[in-house]
Amino acid sequence: MTAQVDATIDNEIDLLAARYERGGVEGMAQLIAARVRRQQSQATGEWIYLLTTAAFRPLVGNLNQWPRNATADAGRIEFDLLVDEQGVERHLARARVFALPGRYRLLVGKDVKQLTEAKRRIVQALTWGSAFMLVLAFAGGLAVSRRAVRKIEALNQTTRRIMSGDLSRRVPLTTANDDFDQVAENLNRMLDRIQLLMEDIRRVSDNIAHDLRTPLARLRQRLEEARLHADGDSNADAGGYLESAIREADSLLSTFNALLRIARIEAGQTQTGFAVVDVSALARDVAEFYEALAEEKQQRLEATVEPGIALQGERDLIFQALANVIDNALKYAPAGSVIRVSLLRLRADAVISVADHGPGIPTESRELVFRRFYRLDQSRSSAGNGLGLSLVQAVVELHGGRIELADNHPGLKVVIKLPMGGDG
Amino acid sequence: MRILIIEDDAATAAYIKKGLAEAGHVADIAARGDDGLHMAREAGYHALIVDRMLPKLDGLALIAALRAADVKTPALILSALGEVGERIKGLRAGGDDYLPKPFAFSELLARIEALTRRSTASAETQTRLTVGDLEMNLLTREVSRAGRPVNLQPREFRLLEYLMRHSNQVVTRTMLLENVWDYHFDPQTNVIDVHISRLRGKIDKHFDAPLLNTVRGAGYMLRENKV
Repeated sequence: MTAQVDATIDNEIDLLAARYERGGVEGMAQLIAARVRRQQSQATGEWIYLLTTAAFRPLVGNLNQWPRNATADAGRIEFDLLVDEQGVERHLARARVFALPGRYRLLVGKDVKQLTEAKRRIVQALTWGSAFMLVLAFAGGLAVSRRAVRKIEALNQTTRRIMSGDLSRRVPLTTANDDFDQVAENLNRMLDRIQLLMEDIRRVSDNIAHDLRTPLARLRQRLEEARLHADGDSNADAGGYLESAIREADSLLSTFNALLRIARIEAGQTQTGFAVVDVSALARDVAEFYEALAEEKQQRLEATVEPGIALQGERDLIFQALANVIDNALKYAPAGSVIRVSLLRLRADAVISVADHGPGIPTESRELVFRRFYRLDQSRSSAGNGLGLSLVQAVVELHGGRIELADNHPGLKVVIKLPMGGDG
Repeated sequence: MRILIIEDDAATAAYIKKGLAEAGHVADIAARGDDGLHMAREAGYHALIVDRMLPKLDGLALIAALRAADVKTPALILSALGEVGERIKGLRAGGDDYLPKPFAFSELLARIEALTRRSTASAETQTRLTVGDLEMNLLTREVSRAGRPVNLQPREFRLLEYLMRHSNQVVTRTMLLENVWDYHFDPQTNVIDVHISRLRGKIDKHFDAPLLNTVRGAGYMLRENKV
């Protein structure tokens, strides 16, 4: 603020200097007198002018004497100004003094009382304002953070309980629908998924243990019997049991391999091997491969394949998936029935469907049959490791497609849609 | 046949060597890649069995080095990595066949013998295949047995052709899947058996001596049964 006052004073001095240049001391003195008169007539004004001789005798201006503390010839000073008769009210003034050629002295300044007053009032307002805002902020912050802390603590408590084993718990939601509720909602969804996955794992582990324990037990039995016979007499008998044991072991290995394969496909590890697959040729190959089996089982396999359908994928996996589906159809369809395989293009998808007139799959089981080792009650005794459809689903998903099971009235219709993609 | 086994697992190597010996072959073992590479280049072997994961030198790198040194010995790669991508890598590196672990010995044996057969006969110059009184004309695609024509569908023809090219050798189901149908997959039901029995119906059923035999625990073999 002081700088501003000084700048204003300097401006005024420039004006006086211009006058001095034109009209000399006389001219300048006239201007000063005019300024003083105007200020007096306006009854306001803060300007202070004083022109004196070298000996400090006042010549023109509105200051009655040269300030006592202005000893230097030139520079900026501050001094007390008495504005009333009694000398009670004192204002502060800021001025610039200098010596003119011809040994005159000039003082130009301003009454800064109002300025300082204003300054004081602003500072006061700011202080009060700040204090008030601080209190408000503090109170507000306290309130908000208390709410937040409470919500976070609730979240923490719930997650602590979940971590200690109670997976069924969920984070409570308020009606506020704020960020915290969003977090809570997402956490709950994550927990739902984790619970599902854990149930899956538990079930799969149980099933694996169950489904593989029997063959392993059988394996052991065969080996024991082989040992028995090897000890004693006929090597031929021992050979037979060993054959059987090896077959059992092979079947187990095949199940494990299938499990591994499904796991790898689901983890997306095999997507790197994608190339262009001629699905039309593939579908014809699968149909032709299984046609022999159909003939033997007195079924008919009819294939309608639209030519020229190709997509990015892994040839062997798609073949395996389609083979599994057709294999199932042949397995469950009755003698004398027809199994229809078709491949056609529908908009941007390659649609493969396999329809049989077997027992079909009841609606309530249609989600379940894709799970590992799931066997429908009626097919528990038939051959197979229960992984066929799991692998099909894994392959379909790897290729970004969808698989649906529908009623064939009667029978089952499996529909696989694989995107043909323009992205390559 | 002289076969070199390059495998760091002593138990597996011994197992293979023993099996090969029982089949009438002689096998040497190299437990390290650098030893194996050296031995493969020096002593002339009929076939190599190379494990993919070797200390000091990767199996694929070993084969690539051999091929670069103009060693054409057929090589079968054994690997715990069975995925198609790995298989392709192995064949591109210069391997001739790829067998994932765990494997049935009969499979290994059948494939090794098929490899050596492949390298000795040059397939391009043959126009006819003959096994006993079964004749196949590769140019006209005609098949006859004891002078009587046999009508085969295209796939049956390919199946018979493969069996004839590997006559007197064990041909496993997997080999048939890979070579006749050109897919690597695991059929749930043994559909191959059905195809074989259909083929039998055409070439063996109305004739005196059966040519297409089942080798228990291994696969099939087309062979003239000499009394």
